[in-house]
Amino acid sequence: MERRAFYRNPILPWLLLAPQLILVLVFFYWPTSQALFWAFTLEQPWGGGNTWAGFNNFLSLFGDTRYWATVGRSAFYAIAATVISMGIALTLAMFVDRALKGTRLFQSVFVWPYAIAAPAAGVAFRFIFAPEAGLIGAVNEIWPGIWNPATNGFHALGMVIVCHAWLGIGYNFIFFLAALQMLPKSLSEAGAMDGARPYRRMLDLQLPLIAPTVFFLLIMNLISSFTDSFGLIDVMTEGGPINATEVMVYKLYVDGFKGLDYSGAAAQSIVLMILVIALTFIQFRWVEKRVHYN
Amino acid sequence: MTAITLSGVKKRYLKNPVVHGVDVTIESGEFVVILGPSGCGKSTLLRMIAGLEDITEGTIAIGDTVVNKLEPRERGCAMVFQNYALYPHMSVAQNIGYALKVSGMPRAEREAKVLKVAKSVGLDPYLTRKPGELSGGQRQRVAMARAMVREPKVFLFDEPFSNLDAKLRVAMRAEVRGLHRGLGVTSVFVTHDQTEAMTLADRLIIMNQGVVEQVGKPSEVYHRPASLFVADFIGSPAMNLVRGFFGEDGHFRHGKGGMIHLPTVAPSLVSQEVSIGIRPELVRRVPANTKDAIAAVVDYTEELGAARLIYADADGSRLIAVDHGTDALGTGMPIHLAIDEADLHVFSQDTGRRIELGAAQRAATNSRINA
Repeated sequence: MERRAFYRNPILPWLLLAPQLILVLVFFYWPTSQALFWAFTLEQPWGGGNTWAGFNNFLSLFGDTRYWATVGRSAFYAIAATVISMGIALTLAMFVDRALKGTRLFQSVFVWPYAIAAPAAGVAFRFIFAPEAGLIGAVNEIWPGIWNPATNGFHALGMVIVCHAWLGIGYNFIFFLAALQMLPKSLSEAGAMDGARPYRRMLDLQLPLIAPTVFFLLIMNLISSFTDSFGLIDVMTEGGPINATEVMVYKLYVDGFKGLDYSGAAAQSIVLMILVIALTFIQFRWVEKRVHYN
Repeated sequence: MTAITLSGVKKRYLKNPVVHGVDVTIESGEFVVILGPSGCGKSTLLRMIAGLEDITEGTIAIGDTVVNKLEPRERGCAMVFQNYALYPHMSVAQNIGYALKVSGMPRAEREAKVLKVAKSVGLDPYLTRKPGELSGGQRQRVAMARAMVREPKVFLFDEPFSNLDAKLRVAMRAEVRGLHRGLGVTSVFVTHDQTEAMTLADRLIIMNQGVVEQVGKPSEVYHRPASLFVADFIGSPAMNLVRGFFGEDGHFRHGKGGMIHLPTVAPSLVSQEVSIGIRPELVRRVPANTKDAIAAVVDYTEELGAARLIYADADGSRLIAVDHGTDALGTGMPIHLAIDEADLHVFSQDTGRRIELGAAQRAATNSRINA
């Protein structure tokens, strides 16, 4: 039988709900409503009056080739960072799951990067990738000028993507390892008896069975690379050189806070929000269907 | 045809010894059952043959090849797992054919083979189903078909029937036996169920705490148990085991001053700490005035239908007798029991091993083993 809580005092339940409600209202619904308002109006640079603009902000945004270049860059960034991060995390999780020597150590070591704040990691990676002194910069000693993220846009974008992927490995690793350890050990053993080598077993047996986790992580990583890339880019490249690392979330910030184009930035943030909502929807809609355990 | 030779096989997990050194040869084409209580190391031994566990010490040879360093796929064994370990995302046909697919067999040939094997175990109507849509018995068959399709040199079974209900278990037992007769493949079967073991095995390997207690034909193990453990473990109801010692007067002394007159056995074993054992079906009820009868008191009886079990107390020692009488027997009633010296088993209390008695005992057990 279901028991439902009943409060004699009509105010008490609202008081209990208040902290959460206030948080959501102040930090989500209020900014979102402001962004919506700005996106459909034209705000004066120094404030003091809005005029209704309808879809004009969006139309000028979608007519801007520089914006589409940013969208393409974001998509590349998202896919590359997700694939690298998940690929490495899965490989590590497979090794840890196979219980090679040192598993206990690696199990915790691999998770640490997740605890590092993005800007801190960004600073560290700037040193690692610094063309004049960093670890990777050493290649310049052999082939001078072959590596320089400060002037070469591809190098800069690659550097940020690698750092982003590195930060996500810990998170992905935990989920992959948990999913792999949920699988009965005898399945993999049956595969071994059937003559499949470890790599074949991974492709034929383990991957299909952890598909729900793969899908979940795919969506989470894509969302994260659309939104969380800001801290890294701001610390490492500030969108440069020549906009080569300017992704959607960073252009939004530059246009709004540097360019003082509140309305254009608001329209961009609405587009980004719709993108994330769509990904989240896909996640909820399909992730449940793909489950097939015993 | 393929024999399996285990010599000095040991297994340790970190510092924990699990298998203490096993020397057994499984003949080509033989059906051997490893029987023992849970935790005795029987599954570990099987998994070492399969290549799923490392061998800490000793060697295992399949045919003429020492397989210690070989991967499971190189050993030519097929295994049926306790929980079947079917691939849940593959259909029955894919499950059965996976080994062939991995080995690179062309699709048409593979499908023909899968169909043939599936037919032989009655699975052909279910080829497109997923394991989740099958009953326990059908899953069991898929697991067997998956093992058969590779035409392995050795079949390994790791308690394959423990998830089935009693009726299905009996049916599957007959099928496995029939399968073995048909294919003649060397088979090793692990179980803790002694009925399963006795009915399936050409030979039994009885294990206890990582040690092989006895290797032998089911009837041998039953009628000439090599140790106290085997005597107690095999048979239901269990063998009567009475602890005590022999006196110079030809009597076995036990319990609270109980005496059993055993004149031919006694002289060689005087004052040794031993246990004597006798099967309940060889304990006879006799009239009160019979010479050397053992006086006892009925504790309780268990009706089995064809016979009944009398649980009796003889001077503080428990004796169980299989009785075909129909008279009323109640708690506390006196009865008289008799045993034949030739039916007796004697075990050293120190080592737990069997002590061989004279020629009469040997002849009696031999006639039963060969019956």
